[in-house]
Amino acid sequence: MTGFWLIVHRDVVMAWRQGGDGLMAIMFFLITVTLFPLGVGPESGILARIGAAVVWVAALLATLLSLERMFQTDFEDGSFDLIAIAPLPLEAVVLAKCMANWLLTGAPLLLTAPILAMMLHMDREGLAIFVVAMALGTPSLVFIGAIGAALTVGARRGGVLLTLLVLPLYIPVLIFGVGAVEAAVTGQSAQPHLLVLGGLLLGTLPLGLWASTTALKQALE
Amino acid sequence: MHRFANPNRFLRIAALILPWSAAITVTLLVVGLYLALKVSPADYQQGESVRIMYVHVPAAWMALFVYSCLAGASAIALIWKHPLANLAAKASAPIGACFTFIALTTGAIWGKPIWDAWWVWDARLTSVLILFFFYMGHMALTSAFEDASRGERAAAILALVGFINIPVIKWSVDWWNTLHQPASIVRLDGPAIHASMLAPLLIMAASFATYYVSVLILRLRSEILARKMDALRLTRVRDSQEAHSL
Repeated sequence: MTGFWLIVHRDVVMAWRQGGDGLMAIMFFLITVTLFPLGVGPESGILARIGAAVVWVAALLATLLSLERMFQTDFEDGSFDLIAIAPLPLEAVVLAKCMANWLLTGAPLLLTAPILAMMLHMDREGLAIFVVAMALGTPSLVFIGAIGAALTVGARRGGVLLTLLVLPLYIPVLIFGVGAVEAAVTGQSAQPHLLVLGGLLLGTLPLGLWASTTALKQALE
Repeated sequence: MHRFANPNRFLRIAALILPWSAAITVTLLVVGLYLALKVSPADYQQGESVRIMYVHVPAAWMALFVYSCLAGASAIALIWKHPLANLAAKASAPIGACFTFIALTTGAIWGKPIWDAWWVWDARLTSVLILFFFYMGHMALTSAFEDASRGERAAAILALVGFINIPVIKWSVDWWNTLHQPASIVRLDGPAIHASMLAPLLIMAASFATYYVSVLILRLRSEILARKMDALRLTRVRDSQEAHSL
C-alpha cells in the first residue's frame, strides 16, 4: 500500500474505532432535517417546495462537524510532523485526508439524503437529480472545508471560526445544488446546474489543495 | 517595493504623505457634500433620496477597492514575505469592513422608500453581504492565534481565496438580472448620469479614497510602534534576567 492509501486507510479506521465521525454527522443531519417539518408544519406542498433547500443546508452544516478534527488531532498528538517529513508530497496528504473525510461524512450523507428528501415529499424526477447533485457537490464541500480546517489549526475557538470562514464559501454549491433540483421539479433541464456543480468541483479541487497545503506548511513552521 | 520594507523609511515617507492626504480628504469631503446635498438636482423619480447615492456608491466602490488592496498585500506578503505587506493587510481589513457596512446600511435606507423593502435577496446585495463576512472572517482569523504572525499568514491565504467574490460582485448585476441596477458610471459608451450628479459623486469617491490612505497610514504607524514596544519590552526582560543571573 502506498503512503496515500495508508493515510486514507488510517483515517477511516481511526474514525471508525473512535465511534465514527460519520455516524455523528448523520445523526446531526437527521435531527436538523426533522426540525423543519415540526417548525414549518406538515403540509406536503410547503415541504416539497422547501425540501431540497432544507436537506442541502442540513448537509452543509453536517459536513462542518467533522472538519475541525481533520488536521487538528494529528497536530496535537504530533503525528502530522511525521506525515510531513514522509516522502509523500503534502498536497497528496491533503487529498488523502479529503478522501477519507468524504468517505466518513460525504458518502453517508449521500446515502441518507434521498430518504430524507422522500420524507419531505420530493418527487421522483427531483430525487434522481438531487442524488446526482449531492454526489457532485459533497466533494467540493470537503475541499473547501479543508481550507478552513487547515487555516484554523491551533487557533483559539477554532470550531466557531471555522464556521465563519467556510460557510460563505459553501454558498455557490448550495445555490446550484438546490437550483438543479428546482429545475428538475419544474420540468426544466437540470443540466446547466449540474455542469456548474461539476465545474465547481474541478475548481475547488486545486484551490482547496493549494490553500490547505500552504496553510499547513505555515502551521508547521 | 523592498525599499519600503524598512519600517523607519516607511515611517518617514508616511509622515510626509499623511498631512496632505488628511487635508485633501477634509477639503474634498466638504466640497463633495456641499455639491451633493445642496447644488446637485433632485432626481425626477427618486426625489431627494437620490442623495444617499453620493455616500452609498463611493462606499461600495471602496469596499471592493480595499478588499483588492488587502488581497494584493496578502499576495505580496505570501510570495516575498514582505514585512509591511502583512501589516497593511491587517490594517486594511477593519477599514474595508466599515466601508462595506456603510454601503449596506445606506443601501437599506435608500431601498426602503424606493423598493419598499429594507433588504431584498438580490445578487448584488447578497454578494456584498458575503464580502462583509469575508472581512469579518479575516479579522477573526488574524487575531485567533497566540502567535500574531501565524494569524497574519493564515489570514493572507483566506484573503486570496475570498478574492473570488470580487468579480462575482462586480458582474453580479449583469449575470443575474435582478433588482439592483447595472453599472452606470464605468461603461464603454460613457457614464449614464448627468454631469451635475457625476461631479459630486466622483469628488466624494476621491475623498473616500484619500480617507483610506490617511487611516491606513495611521493604523500602520501604530502597528509598527506596537511591534517596536514589544521588542523593547522583550529586550528589557532579557536584560533584567541576565543581570539577575550574574
